[in-house]
Amino acid sequence: MITILGIPIQAFLGQLLVGLINGSFYAMLSLGLAVIFGLLRVINFAHGAQYMLGAFVGYLLLVQLGVGYWPALLLAPIIVGISGIVVERLALARLYDVDPLYGLLFTFGLALVLEGIFRYYFGVSGNPYPVPPLLAGGTNLGFMFLPNYRGWVVIASLIFCLGTWLVIEKTKLGSYLRAATENRSLVQAFGVNVPLLLTLTYGLGSALAGLAGILAAPVYQVSPLMGSNLIIVVFAVVVVGGMGSILGAIVTGYLLGVAEGLTKVFYPEASNIVVFVIMAIVLLIRPAGLFGKEA
Amino acid sequence: MKLTYLMSAALLAAAAAPAFAAEISDGKVKIGILNDQSGVYADFGGKWSVEAAKMAVEDFGGKVQGATIEVISADHQNKPDIAANIARQWYDTEQVDAIMELTTSSVALAVQGISAEKKKIDIVTGAATTDLTGKACSPYGFHWAYDTHSLAVGTGGALVKQGGDTWYFLTADYAFGYSLEEQTSNFVKAQGGKVLGSVRHPLATTDYSSFLLQAQASGAKVIGLANAGLDTANSIKQAAEFGIVAGGQRLAALLFTLAEVHGLGLEAAQGLTLTEGFYWDRNDESREWSKRYMERTGRMPNMVQAGTYSAVTQYLKAIDKSGTDETEAVSEELHAMPVDDIFAHGGKVGPNGRMIHDMYLMEVKKPSESKQPWDYYKVLATIPGDEAYIKPEESGCPLVD
Repeated sequence: MITILGIPIQAFLGQLLVGLINGSFYAMLSLGLAVIFGLLRVINFAHGAQYMLGAFVGYLLLVQLGVGYWPALLLAPIIVGISGIVVERLALARLYDVDPLYGLLFTFGLALVLEGIFRYYFGVSGNPYPVPPLLAGGTNLGFMFLPNYRGWVVIASLIFCLGTWLVIEKTKLGSYLRAATENRSLVQAFGVNVPLLLTLTYGLGSALAGLAGILAAPVYQVSPLMGSNLIIVVFAVVVVGGMGSILGAIVTGYLLGVAEGLTKVFYPEASNIVVFVIMAIVLLIRPAGLFGKEA
Repeated sequence: MKLTYLMSAALLAAAAAPAFAAEISDGKVKIGILNDQSGVYADFGGKWSVEAAKMAVEDFGGKVQGATIEVISADHQNKPDIAANIARQWYDTEQVDAIMELTTSSVALAVQGISAEKKKIDIVTGAATTDLTGKACSPYGFHWAYDTHSLAVGTGGALVKQGGDTWYFLTADYAFGYSLEEQTSNFVKAQGGKVLGSVRHPLATTDYSSFLLQAQASGAKVIGLANAGLDTANSIKQAAEFGIVAGGQRLAALLFTLAEVHGLGLEAAQGLTLTEGFYWDRNDESREWSKRYMERTGRMPNMVQAGTYSAVTQYLKAIDKSGTDETEAVSEELHAMPVDDIFAHGGKVGPNGRMIHDMYLMEVKKPSESKQPWDYYKVLATIPGDEAYIKPEESGCPLVD
């Protein structure tokens, strides 16, 4: 039997794939964070709560209204996005001119409040969300049993990540957004409605978190704590990728997912810190992150 | 200073107490339910335990020896320091007579210490550690619903007899996980089973697929989950996804109750083996009581909640029988009286404070077998109390000769 570092090649390939699946969630979540940080300069601590919100919207749509997975895949991001827009209009927009710390504190507080409310009404052991029948079951790949739904998660996240990247890098709207980041007042002078752009950006970022949430619902328990368990890792991903770098967030998300997956085979106890060890090393060598621009 | 204050408070209270309840201090029996009402164990016990305690008081008639009974509650947030402060305040200034429930072992140990020092009764239903009736035992401390030993005997020992003789553990990487793994391994080996290996995962991991693939590859007949709460739920859910149970391996959750099974749903939880001290659908008595509980709370009780009902009821019976709420007399009755109620039959309390009663090895039903809401378990085996719990004389409790 062929082995890599003492591990049978089957197990190795399996773990690689599992890492890629987790990387998909990291990539989608860090993408939203990177978009928001890149354009608004807000460190969105509420991102984990918005991810949780996405999963709960999906769950409530199913339980209360009987709306299934596929419509929820569209509705949950829209609802979370709208709630993000409301938050930006009512509160965040007033914080752009003060120290960025206020934005961080506000979103952190918001996350705690959201989590607390859901914990009060839904408890902590979580709620089940079934895998949609179309994607139930799995495929035997020879080296591992791949649940079909996880395969779908990888494909979906690739599509959404690339889509977002294309919108920001290759369209006219995206160019306005990038210009507004560079020089707000100049872009405004050209007649572009910058506050509206920022509002939509925050809405988009939240919607991406909501989308990751509904994608995650059939894999993880829909629980008020699901966001806070993940958010710190996602922040590390953004830092490693380079704060504000969209491509960096996506690529790093997948890379760290794989690195974490492999650690779980070689030294499982370290699997929750390997991401942070990598972060520390990257910061020492390239303080701006793998894909960040040196200031 | 504090002592003088206490003395005068006691004197005042004694003077104010109405004549017909002369034997009940300050004319009232006050029970404090102290547990986790907002954290990871909020479904395990939580406000649902408080409801069970209130129900016990109502079923008892609301009065004992002519004195009214009151239930108060607080959230200890799983922090021993917060729990200790609340316990002191309850005993010192709020005339609380006994504290019960006490989910989380660190909290239960702290509060049992304070109760012993203040000469008050505590009855633990929510915490798992055997130390409560071992080296940290108290003459006024009782441990009611379950402990780690009974879970290990149930799931570890009884499952081997059912043919699950090779094990692989998925263990949370901290003290609780190790001790659960160790105790269970011992029973597996004692019954002639083999432990093929284990993998340690960090606390609050979200994705278990890597670990599950390793467990799957081990070929063990049973995968033991030595973790708790959301960690266990996520492991089970993802095991279902990877077809582990469908592939013929059995999952054994070492600490999991009806509340968590409900959260997970039968689709993911089917085939899971676990040990509990109570199941609502076991006999007419438990069914009748549980239906009433369900009407109040909208959910069926697990062993912690039913155990709290039993503990409160037994405490009130002991007061009624001894005619006073004085700690020594009530403790004596609690040690002497058999426990016969909806929770336990022929239960007895050892000199170390351990309530010894039967435990049940359960298997979670398939969705097709479940006939009605909350119809979740098949009882695989009954583990007699004397096997499930450490014998008082072997517990290491200094109170036992």
